[in-house]
Amino acid sequence: MRGEKFIAIMGLCWLLAGCNRHQSTLAPFGADAEAIRHLFIVMLVGAVGIAGFVAWLMRRAVRAPVGEMTHRKGMRLVLWLGGIVPTVVLLGLLAYSLPYMRPRPVAPADLRIAVDGEQFWWRVAYRAADGAPVLSANEIRIPVGRTVAFRLTAGDVVHSFWIPGLAGKMDMIPGRTNTLVVRADRSGRYRGQCAEFCGLSHALMALDVVAMEPAAFDAWLEGQRGPARGAVADVAGARLFAAQGCGGCHAVRGTAAASRIGPDLSRFGQRATLAAGILPMTTANVAGFIRHPQATKPGVRMPAFPQLSDAEAMAIARYLEGLK
Amino acid sequence: MSLHAQDDPTLRAAQEDRLRAVWKPPSGWFFRWTDVNNNRIGVWYTLTAFGFMLFAGVLALIMRTQLAVPNNDLVSANTFNQLFTLHGSMMMFLFAVPMFEAVSIILLPQLLGARDLPFPRLSAFGYWSFLLGGVFVSGSIFFNAAPDGGWFMYPPLTTRTDLSGLGADIWMLGLSFIEVSSVAAAVELIVGVLKCRPPGMRLNLMPLYAWYILVVAVMILFAFPPLIAGDLLFEMERLLEWPFFDAARGGDPLLWQHLFWIFGHPEVYIVFLPSIALFAMLIPTFAQRHLLGYPWIVLAAVGTAFLSFGLWVHHMFATGLPKISLAFFSAASEAVAIPTGVQIFAFIATLWAGKVKWSTPLLYASGSLAIFVIGGLTGVMVAVAPFDWQAHDTYFIVAHLHYVLIGGTLLPLFGGLYYYWPLITGKKLSDRMGRAAFWIMFVGVNLTFFPMHLSGLEGMPRRVFTYPAELGIGWLNLASTAGSYLFAAGVLVLVIDLALSPTRPKAARNPWNAGTLEWLAHPDDEDWGIRSVPLIESRYPIWDQKDFVAKVDEGRFFLPDAEEGRRETIITSVLDARPVSVIRLGTPSVKPMITAVALGAVFILTTYHLYLLSAISGVVTLACVLWWLWDTAEIPEKPEKPIGHGMHMPLYSAGPAAPGWWAMFITMMADATAFSGLVFGYYFYWTIHSDFGAGFDGPGSAAPIMALGLSLASWVGTVVAREVHARGQVMIARILLVAGTIAAIASLFAGLRCLDGLDPKANVYPAIVWVLTIWTVVHAAIGAIMQLYTLARSLAGRMTPSHDADLRNITVYQHFYALTASVTYLTIGLFPETGL
Repeated sequence: MRGEKFIAIMGLCWLLAGCNRHQSTLAPFGADAEAIRHLFIVMLVGAVGIAGFVAWLMRRAVRAPVGEMTHRKGMRLVLWLGGIVPTVVLLGLLAYSLPYMRPRPVAPADLRIAVDGEQFWWRVAYRAADGAPVLSANEIRIPVGRTVAFRLTAGDVVHSFWIPGLAGKMDMIPGRTNTLVVRADRSGRYRGQCAEFCGLSHALMALDVVAMEPAAFDAWLEGQRGPARGAVADVAGARLFAAQGCGGCHAVRGTAAASRIGPDLSRFGQRATLAAGILPMTTANVAGFIRHPQATKPGVRMPAFPQLSDAEAMAIARYLEGLK
Repeated sequence: MSLHAQDDPTLRAAQEDRLRAVWKPPSGWFFRWTDVNNNRIGVWYTLTAFGFMLFAGVLALIMRTQLAVPNNDLVSANTFNQLFTLHGSMMMFLFAVPMFEAVSIILLPQLLGARDLPFPRLSAFGYWSFLLGGVFVSGSIFFNAAPDGGWFMYPPLTTRTDLSGLGADIWMLGLSFIEVSSVAAAVELIVGVLKCRPPGMRLNLMPLYAWYILVVAVMILFAFPPLIAGDLLFEMERLLEWPFFDAARGGDPLLWQHLFWIFGHPEVYIVFLPSIALFAMLIPTFAQRHLLGYPWIVLAAVGTAFLSFGLWVHHMFATGLPKISLAFFSAASEAVAIPTGVQIFAFIATLWAGKVKWSTPLLYASGSLAIFVIGGLTGVMVAVAPFDWQAHDTYFIVAHLHYVLIGGTLLPLFGGLYYYWPLITGKKLSDRMGRAAFWIMFVGVNLTFFPMHLSGLEGMPRRVFTYPAELGIGWLNLASTAGSYLFAAGVLVLVIDLALSPTRPKAARNPWNAGTLEWLAHPDDEDWGIRSVPLIESRYPIWDQKDFVAKVDEGRFFLPDAEEGRRETIITSVLDARPVSVIRLGTPSVKPMITAVALGAVFILTTYHLYLLSAISGVVTLACVLWWLWDTAEIPEKPEKPIGHGMHMPLYSAGPAAPGWWAMFITMMADATAFSGLVFGYYFYWTIHSDFGAGFDGPGSAAPIMALGLSLASWVGTVVAREVHARGQVMIARILLVAGTIAAIASLFAGLRCLDGLDPKANVYPAIVWVLTIWTVVHAAIGAIMQLYTLARSLAGRMTPSHDADLRNITVYQHFYALTASVTYLTIGLFPETGL
């Protein structure tokens, strides 16, 4: 009975594989996640077999007529099924799984992305082999087919960097630097999420991931350099942004706002979501978040701006959305 | 064998009257709670733990309701975080571990044919501590002040007072208090198994449940202290800003993770093995034959315990540790499946070989085995590090751990409840309701937790108070929520069945026709436990030994009487269970309860930063302990007494022959383990910082060596005092004890000198030096109090050269103290190079 259930669930996995799942370990877009999915399926088949066998054996044992099993035979059963077979199977599993633990080699020229976990957002810095780092937040873009090394740190508490479709997770620990080397194999938009409990809004600390064709990626990265464009699209908004002291925490390259405390907003308008993967990027959402960030994300560090009128908040939102 | 005396019914009746008078429970609305009899303490303990389980279960239901649909806002993030933290913490610390200890306190004396455990008052102390600490921790949720950092409490989220409030202190201090009571119960159970077995019950004839108790209690002894050490560092950081886990000042959050999981992984087996132990008792009964492979099962239990201490890193696969260590811990984690397999297949083989009597307890056993096997198989999967990198901290793990804990702890416990209920209450539970409850729970568990495997793999992390609809896991979560209500309904049926029990008629004696000693229990049992302590020749004496039950009932074995009006039980030798003495047991007393309240006050007042009141409570606790101890190790009115069959047993024992000596030794093992947790911290910092200690003057080597010399002098003084005292030179012994006390106090001051000029808030190096030193000087002070106590006992005539248990016990303490002082002062004085 147990075995049937496992098989049914396995069928379900295949069904689900058809859906559009952008935060799933079973619908990978990275080489490492793909390998782990393969490992999982192999183990799943083994587990279903073992569970079914034990269930059958148990049924057999309870229903067997007295005298069928002697003491000698019983001891042999314990020795083989409890000792020898598991030892062999587990040694096999260990040998089979060891190669999966080998870290992906990384060359000096490979793209490095520093990601720093903060309550409850992600600070991102692209460090190509040449040129100054490109700062961003809450969105990561990577080129398909190339090795990328993430350098993972944490600013305040322990977080965990997890993009299920790309690779396994890696913790971000204050005072330590961890490295996760990955390779995306399919382009598309995906999602990641913090996987280590990090406080009130742990559930609301997500991340947009965009895997791009290499040429498109290079062009995009090049376009990220230099001052923010569109900074004058909404003059009133820009003025309010400065007057409300937003630059005390945020940076918009090319303007007076240059603080590193909060997320870098230089290319804010390019992102698909707001508040670390929580809200769709609409002017109304941005304006609402500015006035009452706690309503969306409890425990967020950004102070509320309830004194702003709707119109003022919308103006700042339009200004920010214009930053591309 | 002169059995004839017991043929006389009037003699037997007179004996029974005396036993009844001696074991009469206290009465009165207050004094009935001062009882210390294991039957009553065990039942209170069990009911309290069961109540905490139901409470924690309700918390889980609220969580499942919140998660039923995406973007739900039934509870706030803040409440949700309190809910899951308290659910996990309570199930572990207030249910699973105490429940094992509670059940063991009830069963162990019966399994061993003892009248009670060796330290009944210690059991009572453990119970009151547990109740007090448990109410303190769980009640916090009604004040919106419950811990909210997860049951693992990872710093710096939990140590930064700007990010976490009182809840973190409640967790640390409240649960530390409960950990103390768990260790106390473990000491009691270990000494019980080793010293209170009936004559003839050699280690290899011991019921398997006793073996498992021994293994699990030893695990508690080595697993809880590292957590207590971690708690100490944790509170030092929270209350005093000492930077053990603050990376900016040289600390490291990972040290907490290591200390927590060195506790946390064995903990899993601490709560799992007792359930296997219940299987080991009920399977032979329902197979109506001896359990197959007894020595293998014992070895497998010991092997599981051993391995369980070597695989804590599998909770840290994603922390970025070197890959080679991951491979090692992967292998160790997989290997633990082997002893588990041996135990399970031994049970299956026993059922196969026997004549199976299908019954409700066996239904629970086989059903939980099915659930546990699934949890075990997913456990092997997550032991494989690469898969764990995906599964870790997702709902896949939530599914895995609940399959393990429900299949490996909860349902076996319910099975045990149906099996042992007649033993404890004299009445059987309803088979019909039991089966109904089982099937509802079985379907509920699978419906709740099976979909979680999938929601985890589909990208749902743990400990999230909500999830977006776009992940496509809404229907999986809805199924889980429906399942959880079904599961709760099953538990409700079970609770109703229990509640109806008082209305039912008494069952027959030994209703399952079991073969083990505990089933001597009679439905109309008396408080004396067992009529006479039997001579054991088989693992299943009721089946195998001729006229066994009648002989016990007629008092034809040992100690059938209580001539001196004292509560007594037989002490036997550790390996071969030769009777060596009779001990007088503690009687009902208010002391354990008062001591528990005073100690609880120390922890609870510290939580609220009321340090002065807390210090006063500490002094009161010490006074209570001394008041309590003063009656112990009493010199008997006569050197020995007959226990039947022409045997005479001494009424006093000291040194390794005495249970008290073993309790001291075992307690000090736990103490030394906690200390080694702190020392581990020191060397951990040294390995991660190439410049550890640089830039600080350090304590130098003069002060530490001076402190060490004085500590060793205190130790030598005590050891020599014991020797000369045993030779009758009481006066010299007293002078040596005084000298030892002076040396201990001097070492205390010399130790504090080591801390001159070291600011523990500045950096982790001075902070860890402070902690090691304080730990050591506090032990010096306790040592001095013990020396003065022993001196007072000698002066009061309560200790003589032939009755020197006190002096022998404090010598054990001093051996460990000498070791502690040596490690501390050599470490801080000579290591690293800063000392020289």
